Amino acid sequence: MAIIEVEDLVKDYGSFRAVDGISFEVDEGEIFGILGPNGAGKTTTVECVEGLRSRDGGSVKVMGLDPERDGAELKQVLGIQLQESRLPDRIRVGEALDLYGSFYRQRADTDRLIEKLGLGGKRKTPFGKLSGGQQQRLSIALALVGNPRVAVLDELTTGLDPQARRDTWDLIEQVRDSGVTIILVTHFMDEAERLCDRIAVVDSGKIVALDTPAGLTARVSEEQRVRFRPSAAFPDALLLDLPEVARVERSGSHVVVTGGENLLQAVASVLARNHIVAAELRVEQVSLDDAFVALTGKSLDN
Amino acid sequence: MSALGKLIQIESRLFLRDPMSFTIGLLLPTVVLLGLGAVPMLREPSEDMGGQRFIDYFAPSTIVMAVGVIGLTNLPAVLATYREHGVLRRMRTTPIHPAKLLLAQLVVNIGASLASVLLVIVAGKLVFDVPLPQHALGFAIAFVLGITAVFALGMLVAAVAPTTRSATGLSTILFMATMFFGGVYLPRFMLPDAIATAGDYVPPGVQSLLDAWTGTAPAVVPLLVMAATAIAAGAVAARIFKWE
Repeated sequence: MAIIEVEDLVKDYGSFRAVDGISFEVDEGEIFGILGPNGAGKTTTVECVEGLRSRDGGSVKVMGLDPERDGAELKQVLGIQLQESRLPDRIRVGEALDLYGSFYRQRADTDRLIEKLGLGGKRKTPFGKLSGGQQQRLSIALALVGNPRVAVLDELTTGLDPQARRDTWDLIEQVRDSGVTIILVTHFMDEAERLCDRIAVVDSGKIVALDTPAGLTARVSEEQRVRFRPSAAFPDALLLDLPEVARVERSGSHVVVTGGENLLQAVASVLARNHIVAAELRVEQVSLDDAFVALTGKSLDN
Repeated sequence: MSALGKLIQIESRLFLRDPMSFTIGLLLPTVVLLGLGAVPMLREPSEDMGGQRFIDYFAPSTIVMAVGVIGLTNLPAVLATYREHGVLRRMRTTPIHPAKLLLAQLVVNIGASLASVLLVIVAGKLVFDVPLPQHALGFAIAFVLGITAVFALGMLVAAVAPTTRSATGLSTILFMATMFFGGVYLPRFMLPDAIATAGDYVPPGVQSLLDAWTGTAPAVVPLLVMAATAIAAGAVAARIFKWE
């Protein structure tokens, strides 16, 4: 069932149309990704969903509430983590959770929350003395302290080291497993691929594709590549005769076979029939990166 | 505890934890008064001040300092930082409007000014036998209107300044002017008459405080000017204040 419904959302900044007719639905319990390059309109879109910004057109419903009209009520059940939002340097971790917890009718068990986010030993540490990763985790904790049913997380692993990023991902999965629906705004492909059930690819204020990570890559190309080192020489024709195979290339002692669906199975059975062993066998698929470039004509890593 | 109560509690702790706001805001005016009082000559009655002792004459100026330091430098700096660092913005993501945080800041800073002023009055009385304010009602009115005007100006700075740096710059200028007209830098009998007279009308209104302190009812017009400043600055600040 859809817990968030966005239809024909439009937002202008002066004469610049930042969001240009975006529509999507998010199902309960889903991790929904909004992926796009900087300035694509991702943050503006979620800000309209959160009620932090007023929209210029379209309709938004979150749990049946209109973010603009029922803002205060919505914020009781919506957890929001903003990019680049600090706390006063001298506020302690425990105090911050206690304070933000007092804003909600239904507050989470702050002790459990602190433990779950790995801040158990930091209760008395001031915000300014926390590492970037710890500040980020506190920020997530504050978004969850009101026991939200929906959490919107904006660029939550930007600036974190690789270990902290993976820890944060595990955390997000735990949060989802506890029944919270999550909207994840990101410009990291690996993050979207790892976490999201569905991804809306946004570019220049429009959704250019909306699908599962696998669906997105399949949409761009069904092409697969199999690469291996054969134990004995064989003619290219052996493989080219297969309907699944499009091309056979040789690079050094390796053979690279390109083709469509079920490529690996077809190649492997022909080789087996001819008593050729495929060593160092590797299957390469189109990545979400490739899909993104194909969909938007842009690269994310800029 | 209610959200506002919690905010006031936490903001008070943050105020006390900040060595700058604590020492300069709370203690400096008293330290200045005690330091000047340590000079024997300043404890003798003097012709320049109509037979008053310098220390009695100067006490209201330390009140100007107490109110000015907190209302014109601490308050705008904290609020501008909160805006720049996204603290106000984060509040907007919760069911509690960030105006409650502003209110908590006002309560804490006004409380700190009161504590600072009380400290000056008590220290002056105990150490140098500076008499307590003689016209209690007049003093209370002059003080409340004066502090409201100063804090409204502080809020105006916080409202117009886009960054913490510009808030600090603006509030420093206002603070210096307030201190100058309030006779903190140079005792007012040494200032040209025109400047000393202008000082009657510059918040928080040092002459009204001095009059009430020495037992005369403060003049009405400067008090009205304080009230008008408070209303005008406060209204403009409320209108143009940006949360992010």
